[in-house]
Amino acid sequence: MKKAKKKGVLARILQYVGKYPFALIGSILFSLVSVGATLFIPVFFGDAIDCIVEAGKVDFDGLKGLFIKTGAFVLLSALCQWLAGLCNNKISCQVVRDLRADAFAKISKLPLKYIDSHPHGDTVSRVIADADQFSDGLLMGFTQFFTGVVTILGTLAFMLFTNPKIGLAVVVLTPLSIFIARFVATHTHKFFVEQTGTRGEQTAFVEEAISGLKTTQAFAHEDENQEKFDEINKRLEKASLKATFYSSLTNPSTRVINNLVYAVVALIGALDVARGVTVFGAVFTVGGLTKFLSYTNQYTKPFNEISGVITELKSAFACASRIFELIDEEEEVLDKGKRELGEVNGEVSLQNVYFSYAPNRKLIEDLSVYAPKGTRVAIVGRTGSGKTTLINLLMRFYDVDGGAVCVDGHDVRTVTRPSLRKNFGMVLQETWLKSGTVKENLRLGNEQATDEEIIRASKATRAHGFIQRMEKGYDTPLSEEGGNLSEGQKQLLCITRVMLRLPPMLILDEATSSIDTRTELKISEAFGKLMEGRTTFIVAHRLSTVMHADMILVMENGKVVEQGKHNELLQKGGAYATLYNGQFS
Amino acid sequence: MKTIFAYFKNYKWQSLFGPLFKLLEATFELLVPFIVGLIVDRGLGANVDGGYPNADLGYIVGMCGVLALFGVFGFLFSVIAQYFAARAATGVSADLRRDLFRKIQSLSYKDLDTLGYSTMLTRMTSDIDKLQSGINLALRLFLRSPFIVFGAMITACIIDPNSFGIFAIAIVLLAIVVYAVMFACMPLYKKTQEKLDKVVLSTRENLTGVRVIRAFCGEEREEKLFTKRNEELTKGRKFVGAIASITNPLTYALVNFAIIVLLWTGAIRVDGGTLSQGNVIALYNLMGQILIELIKLANLIVTVTKAAACGGRVSAVLQTTPSLQTVDGAVKKADAPFILFDGVGMQYLEGAEPALKGISFTAERGQTIGVIGGTGSGKTTLVNLLPHFYNASEGGVYIDGQSVQTASLQTWLRERIAIVPQKAVLFKGTLKENLLWGDSEATDERLWEALVLARADSFVREKGGLEIPVEQGGKNFSGGQKQRLTIARALVRNPEILILDDSSSALDYATDAELRQNIRTLNTTTFIVSQRASSVMHADKIIVLDDGVAVGTGTHEELMQSCEVYREIYFSQYGEGGETV
Repeated sequence: MKKAKKKGVLARILQYVGKYPFALIGSILFSLVSVGATLFIPVFFGDAIDCIVEAGKVDFDGLKGLFIKTGAFVLLSALCQWLAGLCNNKISCQVVRDLRADAFAKISKLPLKYIDSHPHGDTVSRVIADADQFSDGLLMGFTQFFTGVVTILGTLAFMLFTNPKIGLAVVVLTPLSIFIARFVATHTHKFFVEQTGTRGEQTAFVEEAISGLKTTQAFAHEDENQEKFDEINKRLEKASLKATFYSSLTNPSTRVINNLVYAVVALIGALDVARGVTVFGAVFTVGGLTKFLSYTNQYTKPFNEISGVITELKSAFACASRIFELIDEEEEVLDKGKRELGEVNGEVSLQNVYFSYAPNRKLIEDLSVYAPKGTRVAIVGRTGSGKTTLINLLMRFYDVDGGAVCVDGHDVRTVTRPSLRKNFGMVLQETWLKSGTVKENLRLGNEQATDEEIIRASKATRAHGFIQRMEKGYDTPLSEEGGNLSEGQKQLLCITRVMLRLPPMLILDEATSSIDTRTELKISEAFGKLMEGRTTFIVAHRLSTVMHADMILVMENGKVVEQGKHNELLQKGGAYATLYNGQFS
Repeated sequence: MKTIFAYFKNYKWQSLFGPLFKLLEATFELLVPFIVGLIVDRGLGANVDGGYPNADLGYIVGMCGVLALFGVFGFLFSVIAQYFAARAATGVSADLRRDLFRKIQSLSYKDLDTLGYSTMLTRMTSDIDKLQSGINLALRLFLRSPFIVFGAMITACIIDPNSFGIFAIAIVLLAIVVYAVMFACMPLYKKTQEKLDKVVLSTRENLTGVRVIRAFCGEEREEKLFTKRNEELTKGRKFVGAIASITNPLTYALVNFAIIVLLWTGAIRVDGGTLSQGNVIALYNLMGQILIELIKLANLIVTVTKAAACGGRVSAVLQTTPSLQTVDGAVKKADAPFILFDGVGMQYLEGAEPALKGISFTAERGQTIGVIGGTGSGKTTLVNLLPHFYNASEGGVYIDGQSVQTASLQTWLRERIAIVPQKAVLFKGTLKENLLWGDSEATDERLWEALVLARADSFVREKGGLEIPVEQGGKNFSGGQKQRLTIARALVRNPEILILDDSSSALDYATDAELRQNIRTLNTTTFIVSQRASSVMHADKIIVLDDGVAVGTGTHEELMQSCEVYREIYFSQYGEGGETV
């Protein structure tokens, strides 16, 4: 099972690499030429040395010819080596780019359930750190693995041709080093997995700690956080040490095999020379032995490199499979083949809806609501009664477990999500702004909005004033998550964002909770205009916002316990009356 | 980089022994050609008519045994070296991560807002990872390569002093190539890491802002932006990679041309009878050894250059001085009230509109102070000055007559003041762990007391008690539940000063009122920041802020008489006749 999965990873990596056939062919071709030319150079130099016999016996003309040839081959080899390097570089950079692009595309298709329940830091670590490590491994694999193999084969051919007996001894002995490399690699794999896993855990912790830092400092909780961090850090250090050390064993252990091979070659060769053995009709000389030893070196070197590459590739694979894990996550039910909703009237109905986040914790059961076009529906209830969940269902961030949510009579599950969401305007209590200028953030509502429209909307929401007071007005960059604004200012921007959009349905989840009532009063005119003729769902605690609603839903434990107009409900003296009176106690 | 080097201090033996054992291994490697020479010279004996009648077979076998032994010892030394190198590399980076995290935690609110979160995350992860592999490789190879290069050169000089010039020129040229590439790449690597920051930013934002992005159907646009950033990163990496990949072919060509020169001058001197053929072979081999070592070095340079660029980014954070400075031994004012704001002004950035101007007021122990005002009027800024999260730009904030900037007061400030921020933040773990933030020694009863006070006990009990898990960011609680839990967390501390910064905005009025009633029984000095008149109207003193200026200070009744802004706020919530709207 595990093996099959691993093979899958390799096949998929090859798929990504296969997208660049020209670079791939170029890499192989240039490497071949480069290695081929490199293999000839010792031969030329050997011949050159034969031209330098002793005083008065030096063949200068022969040397000149050989050196010109050598120079040409060196240049060719260097050039091809560089070109192959460029190809490899291109492949590894682009493959990682593609992987990241796919991982990111997946993030935008993941169901909210995944995003809500997985630490963001871990996902970030997959897209960033794992992809990087994979890229390094891939580059190394490409540059060294292939040239290594070619070098081995070329040298081997030469050795077998010059002295089959020694050549055979080498062929028989060297697989030992591959064997050892494999042994080390399989045993270090688990350390690599441990290392990547711990790193993901640490990233998740750091991500949380950094984004909650203000709270941490407010509670002087830095030391406790540090302790927790140190604990993970210690584990990471240990795992990292194991992975680094055991994987670095490959190199020395293959080298010891190679050194033994070297000794054996020296032994057999020297004995052959001593006994005057002839190979292919020629006497095996001291010069032959020297050449042979240097070739043995050339032959065993790539073995070292390859085994090093194998460990690097192992860790690259561990990283790749973490990225693939993300890419393989189940997507939201596809929109493919579903209808576009188009502009709707805004008639909304929930029919016998059942929903819960976790199967063992019931939340919404048998909920039915009908809101005709243009009605203002207010949802009130104690915190945790399921108000926000209702919004998750309307926007189709989550799908219902049973029953149906319908817009203009269409079950929302039968239409594409974007076409549904385009019909909604949403302002949430938890404001979110992206890093970018104020204007860019407002354009999120409507990409085509002109500067005049933006300013008009901002004036209506009373955001114009503070925006103008900012350093560069509408072009002031906001830091990540709008860190340099107050919650209320952020909320005003979020409202302006929706003002620019004017969809047929609105969702206002505590949209003005951080805005002072004076400002709220001032923008109420704009709000009123915004809600006119639009089906609006308002979640609010300020009952002043609620009382003018056409319908008030009072929720308790996922159920609507009361439904009606302000006055009716007040007279009824039930849950709504309790809530309302509590406001002034 | 100096900051990084200091971290080797704890691993000085490992950093010393790693390369040292590597050198021992290299020495064995340099000795191998000598042994082979001995086998040929002594083992085979004199060459008589193309044969070796005097060959000493026992000697040959013995020397080959020595070669094998060298191999085994080389292995042992190398394993030791690898261990020390790995130990130092992982140790140094673990220490760096620890200190980096500590540094990030010590940064002030202002620093955090300006530096940004994503780049901290990359520095903490990707940068230190690269640094670690760089250190590991450097310890293994950085000493070994020069040792072999210079060792080969010295050996060559012993064999033939005349070859020194060729070797020296070749090595200088090679060094120039290696360093030129390194210096060209270093700033480029730094730039690509900055581009990586942007990619991290995109990834993070699409996770944290998923609801808004999807609600506005911004997926496509976000993907476009990511693609652009990803493309820029790829372009940068390809460019620097292309430059780095020149090193290998260039050194290869250089060394081989050096060999040609070496053989050519050698040939001339052999022809003149001043050099033997065997010497030429030896010189050739030595130059070859340099080449092999340099190829390794060139690969190393790439890793080390990357590591150095990353190291620079890490030490940049380590060297940031938190902008929040404290003062030693400030003078204590006599006869001062418990809390005193004395002409306090606050400006976040130079040249920017001040957030607060000339705020002065006092508060006695046990009083409740209400702070009310419009969005962006400076309420949060005001209460954030009390625990010294920011330095006041003008005037001073005093507790018991001591400036909050006083160094010796910092621990007290953080431990005896509890603040409940606007944005309710909970951390992954159990609820109990989160509550213990308030006071790590609190008993379960104490925790329940706080939960009851914060009106959070019933839903906590319903969900399963103190051990219920809290997901990242407290996502498994609603906004109002989170707010009540953060209030409970603050109450666990039993603080001397409690600051509620608009922390009940997500609560319904009934719960909010009960909560305030509960807190009033505690007799803690309390600051209530709110936009609801109902939240502050029972306070002993209300400060009304408008655009950073205190336009009114007093009780509800006083302000209703004297403060226009307060009246407006009140009527916006209660209607003209005092009747509710």
